[in-house]
Parts: sequence; C-alpha cells; structure tokens
Amino acid sequence: MTLTHEPIEGEHFIVVSETTGDEWEIVVGLEVHCELATTTKLFCGCPNMFGDEPNTNVCPVCLGLPGSLPVLNENVVELAMRLGRALQCSVEPSVFARKNYFYPDMPKDYQVTQFDKPITLDGWLDLPDGTRVGIERAHIEEDTGKNSHAGGSGRIHGADYSLVDYNRAGVPLVEIVGRPHIRHPEQAKTYIDELRAILLTTGASDAKMEEGSLRVDANVSVRRVGDTALGTRCEVKNLNSLRSLGRAIEYEARRQVDLLETGERIKQETRHWDEGAGRTRPGRSKEEAEDYRYFQEPDLVPLAPSAEWIAAIDAAMPPLPAARRAALALASGLAPTESSIVIAVQRDLDQLALSTIANGADAKRVLTHVEHNLSADGVAELDPASFAELVSLELGGQLTATQAKTVLAEMVTSGRAPSDIAAELGFEAMDSSELEGIVDGLIAECPEEWTEFCGGDDKKRSKLQGFFTGKIMKATKGQADGKAVAALLEARRAERL
Amino acid sequence: MSSLPITAIEIASAVRSGSLSAREVLDDHLSRIEEREGEIHAFNLVMVDEARAAAAAVDAIVAAGGDPGPLAGVPLALKDNLCTRGIPTTCSSRILEGWRPPYDATVVQRVNAAGAVSIGKTNLDEFAMGSSTENSAFGPTRNPRDIGRVPGGSSGGSAAAVAAGFAPISLGSDTGGSIRQPAALCGVVGVKPTYGLVSRYGLIAFASSLDQVGPFSTTVADSALLLEAIAGHDNRDSTSIDSPSPSLLESLDGGVDGLRIGLVTELMGEGIAPDVAARVRQAADALTAAGAQVGEVSVPAAAYGLSAYYLIAPAEASSNLARYDGVRYGMRVDAPTTAEMNAATRSAGFGDEVKRRIMLGTYALSAGYYDAYYGKALKVRTLIVRDFERAYADFDLLLTPTSPTTAFRFGDKTADPLSMYLNDICTIPTNLAGHPAMSVPFGGGADGMPVGVQLLAPALAEATMFRAAAVLEAAAPALDEVWS
Repeated sequence: MTLTHEPIEGEHFIVVSETTGDEWEIVVGLEVHCELATTTKLFCGCPNMFGDEPNTNVCPVCLGLPGSLPVLNENVVELAMRLGRALQCSVEPSVFARKNYFYPDMPKDYQVTQFDKPITLDGWLDLPDGTRVGIERAHIEEDTGKNSHAGGSGRIHGADYSLVDYNRAGVPLVEIVGRPHIRHPEQAKTYIDELRAILLTTGASDAKMEEGSLRVDANVSVRRVGDTALGTRCEVKNLNSLRSLGRAIEYEARRQVDLLETGERIKQETRHWDEGAGRTRPGRSKEEAEDYRYFQEPDLVPLAPSAEWIAAIDAAMPPLPAARRAALALASGLAPTESSIVIAVQRDLDQLALSTIANGADAKRVLTHVEHNLSADGVAELDPASFAELVSLELGGQLTATQAKTVLAEMVTSGRAPSDIAAELGFEAMDSSELEGIVDGLIAECPEEWTEFCGGDDKKRSKLQGFFTGKIMKATKGQADGKAVAALLEARRAERL
Repeated sequence: MSSLPITAIEIASAVRSGSLSAREVLDDHLSRIEEREGEIHAFNLVMVDEARAAAAAVDAIVAAGGDPGPLAGVPLALKDNLCTRGIPTTCSSRILEGWRPPYDATVVQRVNAAGAVSIGKTNLDEFAMGSSTENSAFGPTRNPRDIGRVPGGSSGGSAAAVAAGFAPISLGSDTGGSIRQPAALCGVVGVKPTYGLVSRYGLIAFASSLDQVGPFSTTVADSALLLEAIAGHDNRDSTSIDSPSPSLLESLDGGVDGLRIGLVTELMGEGIAPDVAARVRQAADALTAAGAQVGEVSVPAAAYGLSAYYLIAPAEASSNLARYDGVRYGMRVDAPTTAEMNAATRSAGFGDEVKRRIMLGTYALSAGYYDAYYGKALKVRTLIVRDFERAYADFDLLLTPTSPTTAFRFGDKTADPLSMYLNDICTIPTNLAGHPAMSVPFGGGADGMPVGVQLLAPALAEATMFRAAAVLEAAAPALDEVWS
C-alpha cells in the first residue's frame, strides 16, 4: 500500500492499495472535550484548578457524598453558550442526564452530562483551507477524577493498589461533537488548531492539550473513493498531541484498508493510540460496551437561557478567526487561505498588521514580516506607524531585507523609531555607483571565477553567484541589497557575452 | 408518669418563657426512651451526649435573656437517612457501616437553629425502601400500640418515636408514602409537603424526583410548627422552590366552611379494608358537618400510580445507590479487581429489597426496555398530574384513606413483595404529582388499631390542607371508641 502523494492541506488523503490499486478515502469526525476556564467547578464552589495537591479541592458535592446535591454554576452556562455561538450553533432549552457506569474515578458512579437535549446544536467550523466542518452539538458535562496505579504495568490491571485524586471530579467540560467532514490527518490537526483559537478567543478554555484541558478522540473510517455511505468507524483515544492525532488517523486508516482489502470487516470499537509503538490497540468493543442507562438528572432543573442572555452573548462576541482572516484578506488583497494571513491570525498579530497597512504600508511586505520575523509574544512595543515607516524605508531601498529584519527586531525590544536604529547600526543606503565599484573591483580580482560564472552551466553559476555575493556582503559589511547584487552581476555577465 | 407538657408547642412555649428547662424536658424523654426503647427499637442511635449539650445550649440562651427559637428545647427524632455531622448516618444499611457525614442536612441545620434538641437517629426500611421497617438491616421497629404489629414504613422509627412519646416531633422522608403510612399505622400526624418546599440537601436519596422530608407529631399544630421551621428555599437544592416558608399556624383555626372536598372514588373500593373505608366516610361526614361541601371525584390515572411508581422510583434508586461501591466510604469487601470488589461489597452490603429495586430499576432503564417501562411510566406520571389538575378544578382538597389497612403483623407481607407494595396505593399518586398530602389519625379499625385518613392538596396549598386537618383532629373519634 502506498500513498498517492504526501499529505497536502485541503486535498483528500487517498490511500492506494498495493495489491488492487483501489483508492480509499479517509473519513474523520472529532470529539473534543475541553475544560471550561471557570474559577469554580460545575456543581459546587470548589476551585477549578490544575496541579494542586491531590484531594484538596473537594467537598461533599464533588465527592458525591450521600445526600449531597448539585447546583449548576451559571458561568459554565455562559461559557458553553459563548463557545456554542462561536461555532454557529443554536442555543436550545436543555436538560441534564445521568450516564450510569461504574468506575472508581467517578464519585457517584454516574456522570452528569447532557444526552438527548444538549445546550447547543448544529453549527460549523470553517477551516483556513475553506473546508466547513459541521458541528453536531456541544454540550456540558462533568469531568471525572484521576486514577493512578502503583505497581504492575501502571495500568489498572495488575496494579498493587490504585489511588484516586478527585480534584478534577466535577470540573466543567464541554464536549464538542464534530461531524465526519474531515478527510485528511493534516485537516484534523488544523481543525483542532482552529477550535483552540476559538476557545481562547471566547475565553471558554485555556485549551492545553498537554495539561489535558483539551482532549481529542478521533472517529476514523475509510471508504472507497466515490462511495457516499460511511464505513464502520473506530474511535481512537489517548491522543495527547496534534502529532499523535495525525499519526493515529493515518495508521488507523491504513489498518482499516488492509482489513477491508483482505475481505475482513471492521469491528466498531474503541482503540487506544500507542505513541511509542506508533499503532492503535483495541480497547473495549462497542458490542460488549456498557449500557449507560441515560435518564434525566432529577437533581437538576431544565435549563432555558433567556433570549436576552443569548443576545448579550452574541453582542459581546469577539471577532473569530475566520472573520479576522477575511478582514486581513480584504485589506491586503491576498486570499484568506494565504499562509501569512493564517499565521497572522494564529499569532494574534492581525490587528497590528491591519493598523500598519492602514498607516500606508505595503500589505504583502507587512505580512511577510509578520509571518517570518515576528512572534506572538512581545510585540506590545511595536507601534503600527513605526512599523509602516520601516516597510517604507525597506521598499524605498534605504534598507535591505536583511537590515529591515534586524531593525524590526530592535524595534520590538526598544520601541524606538526605525530610522534612529538604522542610523545607529550604520545601515545607510548604499548608492548604486558605490556598489558598482565594489562589484567591478571584485571581477577584476577574481578573473578565473568570473569566467566560469559567465560561461558555466546553471549549477556552476549558481554556486559562483554565492561566492561573489558572499564576498560583496563581506566588503560592504552586509549593507548591500542582495537583489541589487544579483541584478548587477547578471547585467555585467550580459555585457560580457 | 410526669406532668410535663406533651406537645412541641407547649414545650417550646414553656422553655422560651423560662418556666421549664430544656434539660428537664430532655431528661423526661430520655427516661421514656429508657423505659420502652428496648421493646420498640425506634432508634438506630440515641444521641444522649449531643442532646444534653444541645439542651444546655438552649437553657444558656434563655438564661442570657435570648430566644432559642420556635422549637426551643423540643426533643426531636431524625430519620437515619438525614445527614448529621460527625454522627453515624446509616439508612439502616450495612453498606454505610462506619460512615460519619462531614455535614448536616439543611433540615437538620434548620431544626437545630430553631432550638430543637435532636435526640436520636430513627430506624427505617433500608434506604427507605419498604412499608414496615422489616427491611432494616438492624431489625424492625415495633408498633407502640401493639408490639406484635409493624409501625409501617419506611419512616417507622420516626412514627414510633412520636407514638411512644420518645419525642413530640420527628422528621421522616416520604417517597411513596413513607411518612403518611407509618403515621396512620402508629396513630400520629404525618405530612408530605409539596415537592421542593423542603430542602433535600443532606437527605440520602432513594428516588430524587419523589423524595421529600416532612414532619411527624401527635397534633396537627405541632406538624405545622415543625414544617414552618424546615420549609423554605435552600440554594443548595436546585429543586427547592424559591418561596419563603408558608404560614400554617396562624390560619390553622380557619375551619373548612365553604371548602370543596372530594372523596376519591378509585381509592375507596377494591383493596381498601371496609373498616378503613368506613372511617374515611365518617371523616367526610365530619368535614360536611363543619361546613365543607364534600363530593365524590374520580382520579382515573391514580389506579396506575403504583405501576408507574415501581418503575420510576427503582430506576432513580438504581442510579442513586450506585455510589455505594466500596471505593470511598462505608463497607468494603476486598477482592482481586475493582469490579469484583464493587460486586462483593454491594452483595454483602445491601439487603434483599434494595437489591430487588436496583435490579428492577436497572432493567427499566436498559436499552431496548426504556420506552416500554421507564418511558411509559413517565407518561403515566404526566397523566396523573393532569387528572389531579382536573380534580382540583372542582375541589380544594381531596380525601382518601392513608393506608388500605391498619397495622399488620410482622411477617404478614414479607413473603410477597407485591402485597407489601399495595400498602402504598393511596399515598403514591401525590408523590408522582409532587403535591402535598397528610395523614391525620381518625379513630380505630375493627382491630382497635389506628386508622389514618389522608388529605391531599394542590401544590403549595399546605395552609388549606392543615385547616382541614385541624377540623378532622377535633372531630376524630377516640381510638378505643367501639367500631360499628
């Protein structure tokens, strides 16, 4: 089995069978659990805090002690609605349900969640590549505690004893159920990136995959290219990074194609990704899975946010990544899928770019700097007018691209004007006659190399161009403009021929 | 026998005025407990030290010129499914062995704040599942009127404690009749308030959508006093109604003149003992004589109440009782794996009736059966609410027997769970509707045991219900009046 091509964003990821030559398409739907950034837990006043001493942020309610009752944290509802609206979902009257199963990290041996009536329904998430991924629902539920197992393999089976930390029990989660509209491992990663940007923008979550505040499960299936029916899916869990997510989807798709090609059936099951081994392993199969016996949680009342509340959330909604990309595309004349635009928004530098462009700077040059020479942090000192001035110095030939980069770095740390920095560093415009003199002198000094440069093949010429450019940069202490040097060398060569 | 006052209202009044000390009241009741608790077994725990400390605190407030509150110095018994901080709370189950709650139930906080002296935790059918206290893991409670008979259940200990004079008032919980039926069988007053009127925080759940805490007392006025003290919004219970505690005592003497009271036909025929039905008719006559317009009313869906209840209550229970898994508190039976430990603990820790209901409830909620059982039961529940609404369009209150029979003998119904379940046929519909209801003693049956008649009211109409109860109390024949 081979891949027809390397994964490219936006294209379908096709798996071609070595034996039959058949082409298969990957279909992925992601389920994301994220912890909401509230100060207290979902149903009690305990702190919602990561990394504290075990079992210190607990009370009768989140420990599920007999007689205790849950009281819904209103801020959870606020954040869930913000997220839902950011995902273009409708806010619906909802109810809580109990999902019943026994597990020691779950204090009540049921999880309070939303089942048939979730708080938000039916929206979408637009990816930078233009793909629209449907969102089936996003609902509120409580997190479980955390088990740790001593002795044996570190798993529950064979452990000498197990410890449970209930600090996380009752932490508010939102589960975002995406539709199976993803066709590519890279696209899955982009979806998570984009979702994370929305979670951060709306303040719903800090969305840290490494701390477990954002957890991803992937439903993966394959089908022959051209088929419209969905194949049998497997749910892949234990994906702790974007890298794992991409690798796991690719592995799982290949595994399924192998099975189908040999006439076997895919068993619908949960599989765990083993990052070390680079493969998925079966967990419990859905056929033998527990019956969760969902029913409406009688300790909570139905939830029906008022139209005013929803309107207030909409009114306060910050600009979302897709809209920000569109705004930057409009201002720059580039496509919203352009990498510099995607990155500018990802790094939260789009406002700076827009303001700089509004100050008259060349949009493409601004975005190039944003993409290559600026990071998300520490641009507070950078003022759009100075940034625009820098770009104009550069385009006016007073600074080379390399010099502009150096000046920009200094502007970010000191906040000083670009012209001052350039003067201090001795970056002065070199007039063309001065450069011509240096180039001609060099040609005279190195006649053999020059002859080879003029007559050699492309490969040789390219090598010698590097040789001459390096010498000129050395002689000008880096002040020469690389493009001007190249143009001059080419002009002299043409004269000689 | 002492000549101290008997009712909670008299005791509180005397204690607040300083003419009687809480210590004297407590000693009097402790001596009665000393005398008869051995044969009655109303309590799982008598809290002698805590009660003495509470009584001393009440006396100190009075001595300092303060007011300890409306329940000043009144001994009070608590059903042992109400959490008491630092004091064992067992639900009469082995599975909670050794567990001491780190907090007080809201109702416990409220009675303490009102000056009551909690004297003990009373026996119940395990996890409030039963109608005779025969399902207690610690042995049954005996009916103080005849120790060969059951006190009813599940709050049998709380009913017996009041009937035996161990405390003038007590708290129970009522999921399908667990306050009213034992009140009837023991010859005392018992009230199930409107769902949401009294906080459930700290009441160990049996069936969350049906459970409600309520009072027992020897008089209607004492129940009004206790209900006023425990009712009212609690922000720790999401199902708590956002309204202040009702005023019941001030309108207690309002009478029933002009009230329309309906005798529920479905609960007067088959399955109701003739002597009990006769007392209910006599009660209807008494209400008529007091100026009420009594008529017959049909509540057709009430006939299906029992079936719906025995799906809904076990379904919720199967989930509520999942947490007793041996991991965090209570009993643990060790086994090689967690799942085996869970199973071994639950097998050893729960009694037969609890296991039966967990299995029933698990089945009712299972995939493929949900619609036929739990789903259908919810529909019946909706129909019952609708039928009651219709009935209350024409009537202010409804009247029925509380229990189909007077107190039965130990072992009479333990072999056949269904015959035991039928005890709740008159009480269950109000739990499903969320309405208030109360049982008032009204003479005796053919066997000389007490009969209770039940008043039912629409949601939050407790004040009207108590007015009618006061009329019935005044008109009630003596228990030893010959039945004819």
